[in-house]
Amino acid sequence: MSKNINVALIGNPNTGKSSVFNHLTGLNQKTGNYPGITVEKREGICRLPRGVKARILDLPGTYSLNASSLDENVVVELLLNKNDKDFPDVAVVVSDVENLKRNLLLFTQIKDLNIPTILVINMSDRMRRKGISIDPYKMEQLLHAKVVLVSARKNEGIDVVKEHIANYKTISTQTCIAISQIDPEYFGSLERTFPNQSLYKLWLVITQDVNFAKVERKKMETKDANHMRSASFLKRLQQKETIKRYQFINAVLKECYEKDNSKATDLRGRLDRVLTHKIWGFVIFFVILLTIFQALYDWSSVPMDFIDATFAQLSDWAKTTIPSWMAPNLIAEGIIPGLGGIVIFVPQIAMLFLFISILEETGYMSRVVFIMDRIMRRFGLNGKSVVPLISGTACAIPAIMATRNIENWKERLVTILVTPFTTCSARLPVYLILISLIIPDERILGANLQGLVLMIFYLLGFAMALLAAFVLHKTMPQNQTSYFVVEMPNYRIPLLKNVLLTIVEKTKSFVLEAGKVILAISILLWVLASNGPGETFKNAPQEVAKSVSVSAENYDQKLSAYKLEHSYLGIIGKSIEPLIRPLGYDWKIGIAIVSSFAAREVFVGTLATIYNVGEDEEETIKKRMAAETYADGSPVFTLASGLSLMVFYAFAMQCMSTLAIVRKETNSWRWPTIQLVVMTAVAYLGALATFQYFSI
Amino acid sequence: MPLTLADLVVGDVAIIDSFDVEQLPMKLIEMGCLPGNEIGLLQLAPQGDPLYINVSGSHLAIRRETAACINVRKLNE
Repeated sequence: MSKNINVALIGNPNTGKSSVFNHLTGLNQKTGNYPGITVEKREGICRLPRGVKARILDLPGTYSLNASSLDENVVVELLLNKNDKDFPDVAVVVSDVENLKRNLLLFTQIKDLNIPTILVINMSDRMRRKGISIDPYKMEQLLHAKVVLVSARKNEGIDVVKEHIANYKTISTQTCIAISQIDPEYFGSLERTFPNQSLYKLWLVITQDVNFAKVERKKMETKDANHMRSASFLKRLQQKETIKRYQFINAVLKECYEKDNSKATDLRGRLDRVLTHKIWGFVIFFVILLTIFQALYDWSSVPMDFIDATFAQLSDWAKTTIPSWMAPNLIAEGIIPGLGGIVIFVPQIAMLFLFISILEETGYMSRVVFIMDRIMRRFGLNGKSVVPLISGTACAIPAIMATRNIENWKERLVTILVTPFTTCSARLPVYLILISLIIPDERILGANLQGLVLMIFYLLGFAMALLAAFVLHKTMPQNQTSYFVVEMPNYRIPLLKNVLLTIVEKTKSFVLEAGKVILAISILLWVLASNGPGETFKNAPQEVAKSVSVSAENYDQKLSAYKLEHSYLGIIGKSIEPLIRPLGYDWKIGIAIVSSFAAREVFVGTLATIYNVGEDEEETIKKRMAAETYADGSPVFTLASGLSLMVFYAFAMQCMSTLAIVRKETNSWRWPTIQLVVMTAVAYLGALATFQYFSI
Repeated sequence: MPLTLADLVVGDVAIIDSFDVEQLPMKLIEMGCLPGNEIGLLQLAPQGDPLYINVSGSHLAIRRETAACINVRKLNE
């Protein structure tokens, strides 16, 4: 048994690196996090010829080893640490045929760390159309590396890459440039101080601000303060280094790369002129958003109704079939409705990720960043904040992680703080069920009225996020100049495989993560609802029988209502009723709000649990809510109370996982605490105003 | 007053003359924004900011304030 070959997949963003990864590993992949930080770590197993296996690590996209964002740090940190268990035996640098020159910059940096390197030139299927010709054999000799032309789209060249990985030991580790040329004096003295170390590595350690380097730097400072010069001196040397690298690259490309510009079509230019137009650009963006929300509503109702009905049947079946020693009531009334509450999300989450990944893959998202930057800047945000705010409509957690490429700390912090206001998919079931209860299913000018209300709530979330950003922008000091350099990738037709894998992966992790919380809370709720303190709960049957006008057929219903009211859960709900009465909620809704404080999506599951406790016949939750009345016979869910509840969910910070991620990303409890307090206050006041306004 | 990238109009192509290293993000330099390289202004965002440029083959968006730090020589005159 030999050990697997460690392969690091490295490359600029937008080079189709993940397509290459998907081809190499197939479905043999898993995602996790790097220890201590939240950058997503994707790895997979690749079967090589002759029964050898390789472990492929898909590193975050980076333009260079001079990291300017946290994502890029991950790459540098790994490549500088030979003792890391993930340290690559061989690096596969993925580049894109159209931006080869710039992609090679990163390639030369990795080569200079003496790591055997395979250069993958992706999207070779576009070469002819772009008038590009490459001599890969010549290039191999000049770069001292293996060069493979690959088309991930057509699945060409992948087998050659595998072959080279298997034979990585034969690949040269010769460097591309001699770093000492840049400044012989500086590097000469560095070499005398650290005689047995790679100069380029030392140089990276000096210039990088990575965690790993911090340790090393301390050691160096005490030993040799000479080489820690001013930032501007170091930056000037870095510029010299970049010039040297481009000289090397230009010399190589001159020998083996040709581009006939007459063949280039200007499709990109023509699309850009429309998509970034000062009027049409916004109109198109708005139409795309509108389409997404309409689709989310219209297309998902069928699978959702189906899931709803299936779980109701399942619950019925469980109650009658499961033997009594397995606690059938807990399963039928706690666990199954709780799980149903999460599975019902799946159609919408999957569809949202479908749209988001298509927008990303086509290159359209960068155009949105471009046209929105000016507007966002006015609110103290960055054009790049648009991506987190849009991703926030799926889930705030990946959205907050996506802020990592905003280099300016203040803009990044503001984006993190306001992102939870955007309407995440966990709010969706709350909105959906309430909208279907209180908004008539009619059409206005051809648009579904319920869909329009849903869109208004999405816009409300965005508006609140911008307002909050503006307030933060005005109150927080600016302490760092803000840089904005965004690549505008060429337009591409998305690869179906990439889109599908993204959907499966994101939906799966969401269901598993949220599912755990929901399951736990469902069980806890069931226990709290089925037990109560003292004699009043235990003597429920006698108490109900004693009361006046109990007929045989409504005895069961009266009994279950009585039990719930006197259970621990009922006591909690009743104790907060005075607080939420002005918002238009009864104590049962109060229970749902309390239980969904850790995760909003629990709301529907809780109502399902509450209304199902003691029920003999399963009804869909919607019907049950519509029939819910106060003692005087007036309905609980009216336009006023429904809207008030939706406003509460729009603004309240009811997500433990988000708070945890904010704590991690800001490295302090201060920001999540402020978020929790402020957002809850805004939610309460907003819901209060809404209810009072609509009850008049 | 030297001509800067921010003074160009859409469609102009120029050669990068000089810039103050400290004013520019390293990332922009690494994307090919180096003295002697060609730089073209492709598109302006609404309200004229940010700028959509092509610098030695890299298509990038940068803000006006950054563009104003890059001295250029016009080519198409």
